[in-house]
Parts: sequence; structure tokens; C-alpha cells
Amino acid sequence: MGDPLFTKGFGLAVLIVVLVKVLLAFAALLVGTMMMIWFERKVISDMQNRIGPNRAGPFGLLQSLADGTKLFFKEDLLPERADRFVFRLAPLLSVVPAFLIFTVVPVGGVVTIAGHTVELQVADPPMGILFLLALSSVAVYGTMLAGWSSGSKYPLLGSVRASAQMISYEAAIGLAVVTVVLESHSLSTRSIIGSQATQFWHWNVIRLGIVPFVIFFIASTAEMNRPPFDLAEGESELGGGFNTEYSSLRFALFYLAEFMNTITMSGVAVTLFFGGPDGPGFHVVRWLWPILWFLGKTVIFCYVQVWIRASLPRMRYDQLMDLGWKVLIPISLWWLLVVAGFIHSKDWGFSLFGAGLVAALFLAQSIRVGRERRLTMSAAWQDPTPPSLRAAGKRGS
Amino acid sequence: MGFLDNFDFFKGFALTIKQVAEPRVTRQYPAEKQPKPPRVHGRHVLNRYEDGMEKCIGCELCAAVCPADCIYVRGADNLPDAPVSPGERYGFVYEINYLRCIHCDLCVEACPTEAITESKMFEFSFTSRADAIYTKAELVVDDEGKPQKLPWEDWREGEDLHTSGWMRATSPAGAASYEGEVQWSGELGYGLRAAEGGQSGKRDDAVTGNISIRTASRNKIPIRLGGKVR
Repeated sequence: MGDPLFTKGFGLAVLIVVLVKVLLAFAALLVGTMMMIWFERKVISDMQNRIGPNRAGPFGLLQSLADGTKLFFKEDLLPERADRFVFRLAPLLSVVPAFLIFTVVPVGGVVTIAGHTVELQVADPPMGILFLLALSSVAVYGTMLAGWSSGSKYPLLGSVRASAQMISYEAAIGLAVVTVVLESHSLSTRSIIGSQATQFWHWNVIRLGIVPFVIFFIASTAEMNRPPFDLAEGESELGGGFNTEYSSLRFALFYLAEFMNTITMSGVAVTLFFGGPDGPGFHVVRWLWPILWFLGKTVIFCYVQVWIRASLPRMRYDQLMDLGWKVLIPISLWWLLVVAGFIHSKDWGFSLFGAGLVAALFLAQSIRVGRERRLTMSAAWQDPTPPSLRAAGKRGS
Repeated sequence: MGFLDNFDFFKGFALTIKQVAEPRVTRQYPAEKQPKPPRVHGRHVLNRYEDGMEKCIGCELCAAVCPADCIYVRGADNLPDAPVSPGERYGFVYEINYLRCIHCDLCVEACPTEAITESKMFEFSFTSRADAIYTKAELVVDDEGKPQKLPWEDWREGEDLHTSGWMRATSPAGAASYEGEVQWSGELGYGLRAAEGGQSGKRDDAVTGNISIRTASRNKIPIRLGGKVR
């Protein structure tokens, strides 16, 4: 296993290929992020009957460039009570994982350059998916430390929210990803897309039932702090959230990371559940078609992300935690058992499916009972009439 | 209802995606403008009689009534050989400071000779204090009775007409029963102008060419006044 590029040893040609891949991915991701910001603003204004940015460049395409330039020339403020080192480190902890996650995403097929087999992704480590999960955990630090090191209250609230939220949803993401790993028998992203290749009913979204994909999609939206899960920013409540104290270039880095995460997470979702660059190809320029398929699927995912943002209001904090702990994690755990059962045998699969349904009924019933009991107790707290009298319709003084 | 309520979550998504096909409501403001209401208060003009004489008599009533204290007037005696206005005195100095003016039009109400009225143009942005203080040379209408167009002012078609419309729509005599009665002198370039209907409903839009903002929006009268939309 591993990257076939290194099977013939590590020579100058291999070094050049690796460098070119890194540079291309870096540039493409930066330009892609700029386009993503423009895309998001345009699509969301479409959905709000507005025009959106249309001044800088044709169709306002250069708007993000203009905004970025403006941010670069702004004053770089450092709050007096900030922890200086951590304050400077935090934006980097947000941006670097956003870049690095993209390295394991396969954007195309396999090509041969000067006798070397080159996979169209920056790196193909045998533990690709673990790398992805680890880096998305590192990104939590960026948000958390940013708020903590600002030495200010609202950013701290934002970062506390963010770390709780991201850690809770990471569990759901992990469980959804484990189903993919079970089905593909590999942690390498290249092998995962390989196992889904050639036909669309081999795609994990269909093979695994739609549940892991839905869970992954919701949880990754929460992991990215995108609406409706953008409690870490919460402009209306926290005055900007974890990045309130940031300005200039450091703010631009947070902004960049946020939108870059949208692209990379869309790419990851395409890789894990939609066959990555898989799709019908044609005999002309054969290497191009997988890339186009990958880009097309990713753009659709980005569109859906924007659509969600335009449609759903921000969740309340307790709703967010309820969704994560009481809905997504139990369901993904159950579905993991079901998938594992089906891999063993059909009998196991169906029995675990049924057992899950029965358990869900029990759980729902116990939640209902608990809620009713709590309501009775709080009613008793407010109304000191003994229950025996209350049943007769009398009220205590 | 009932069962369908469970799909409210998805109804929200349908609502937003439907908007993509809807027309945009944004106006490209500097390029595309809404029509202004017929009585909008804009930059002032100093009117002249049909023979070219100035209407201002330097009485300083406008300066006295101005709540923002932005008008400065000094009157002077007319020279018998070369009179500026048909009377004893004329406005020798007339300055309006547009950094202070709130366009309340009290000066227009106060003026006994209908000398000062307002045009519809309010989009002017100056870059120096000197430009902000309009002197008599800039306020007096030109030889055709139209307001002068200064380089930093954004005049659009039709905005230099009806400069005295608001004055002619109200009742200069102070009693509402006089509304609609012609009680003013002729204007350079226009002659004696008809009354504009005010609240009494005596307005004759066919004569004045005015379109009320309500009529325009009800009848979907095209409202693009020049400029291209990108």
C-alpha cells in the first residue's frame, strides 16, 4: 500500500513531482477559496433577491481579492490583555489544518509522468482518514485558543461554545467515517474511492444506506462552524464570537480557513460517499474527466452548503447539543452496528437493525416518561397543592 | 396540515431555492435611480422675473426663519441706473451653507417674493468647505430660468424642472382656501406658472407633468432615469 510514487525510490524527478503537486494544490485551494467566497455571496444573494457583489471585476469575481487586499492593509491590533504568542498562533492553527486536510483528498485519477505513477492528490498516506480526523481536531484548537487568548469575554464564550460543539460532533463524524472504512477495508482515501469506482450504486452513499452520509454532512457542517451551527461566531449574541478581537491579516486567515474548510469538507464528503472522481469518462483527454467529475460534485456540495445557510436560522445551544448527543451519535452508533452486521451476514444485519429499532422505542418512551415527570415536578414546585387535592380541581393557597 | 407540518423543515429549503428565479429587488443606485417625489426638497435656486430681474429683495426673512442658521443674506440699495431687482433693495450677498442646511423649505415659505425655491436635486457631494457654501453666483438661475449645474452635482433629466413646484402647491397666503390660486409672479423661462395641486386635490398633472410616486408605482411607469445597469 501507500503512494505508488515512491515505489521506485526517491529521486529528483519524484521530488519535482511532489513539489509541483504541493504548489498546485496550494494555489488551487487559495484561488478556490476566493471563488468560494464569491460563489457563496452570489448564491446567497440570488436566494435573497439581491444582486450581490458586482463591482470588482466581471460579475464581481475579484471581490474577495479586493476584500483581502483591504484586510492586509488594515491595522493589526493586539489586545493588551491577550496572550501574545497564542493569539498569534491561533489563526495559523485554523488555516494549516484546512490546507492539510485537502492533501489527502483525491482530485483525479492516476496518471503516468516520465515513468512514474502519479496519483492526483498531494499525498496518499495509508492512514489518510485518520489524518483527516486528527487535523479536524487540531482545527478545534485554532478556534478555542483564539477565543481564550484574546483576553476578552465574548471571544471566550465563543470559543467555549466552539470547542464543546466541535468535540461533540467529532464523535458523530468519526462513527460515520468508520462505516465507510468498514465497507472499504482501508483507511487510504485512494483505496476508498477505488472501492466505490465504476458504477454509481457502488458509491458509499448508496451502499451504506443514506444514513452515514446524512450524519457526516450535518456533523461536518457543525465541525466547520457553518450556519446553522455557527454558534462560535454568533454575531447577534457574541458580537463576532471567537474572532472578535482579531483584525487585519489574522482575521483574514480565519476567514480563509472557514471558507477553505467548506471546500475541503465538500471534497471529503465527495471522496467518502460519492465516489470521488468517479464518473463516466470519454476517450479524449482521459485524465481530465475524473478531475471534472470531482470538481462538479464538490461544487454541488458547496451549493448545498450555501443553500443550507440561506434557509436555516442559527440553532440554540441546547438544541445543538441535543442534536449532537441525543440524535446523531446514537443513530450513527446504531448504523455502525447495522453495517458491521451486514458485513458479517444478512441475519446479523437485520437482527441488529431490528434491535436498534426496539432500543429506539424504549429510549423514546423513557425520554417521554422522564419529560412528563419533570413537568409534574416543576408544576408541583410552582403550585404547592398536594396531588390528591389537585386531581379534584382545588388549588392551595 | 398535521402530517404535512413535519415537512416544514424542507419547506424552508423550497422557499429559498424558489427565490433564485424571482426578479432582483436591488437598484443599482448611482446608475439607476428611483423617481423622486414631485415635492422633494433639494438644492435651492434663486429665481428671476421674466425680464431677467432677480426676485430677491434682500429682506433676510429666509435667514431669520432658517432653523439650521445656514443662510446668510445682506441686502443693498439698487442703483437707479442699473437695478438688479425691481424694487428698492436687492440681495447683495446670498450664501447657503449646505453643510448645515436640512432642506426644511421654511425659507421658501417665508420668502415674500417667491425668490428662493428648491429644485429636486439633492445628490451633490463636495470635497471642500468652500464648495459647500453656495454663493449667489451659484444659486441664481441661468438665462433660461434653469438652475446652474455645478461639476459636483448629479443632475438627472427632469430634475431642473418644477423648481417652484412645492411653493405653487401650497398656499402662499397662509389660508388653505387659497390653495390652487395663482398668487405669484412670472418666472424667467416659464412665465406665469399654473398652480400645482396640493392636498385639496386640485392638482393638474397633465399641465405640470408631474407624476406622483404613488401613481408611478401603481402603474409601473418605467423609472430608470439614464445610466446602464451592469
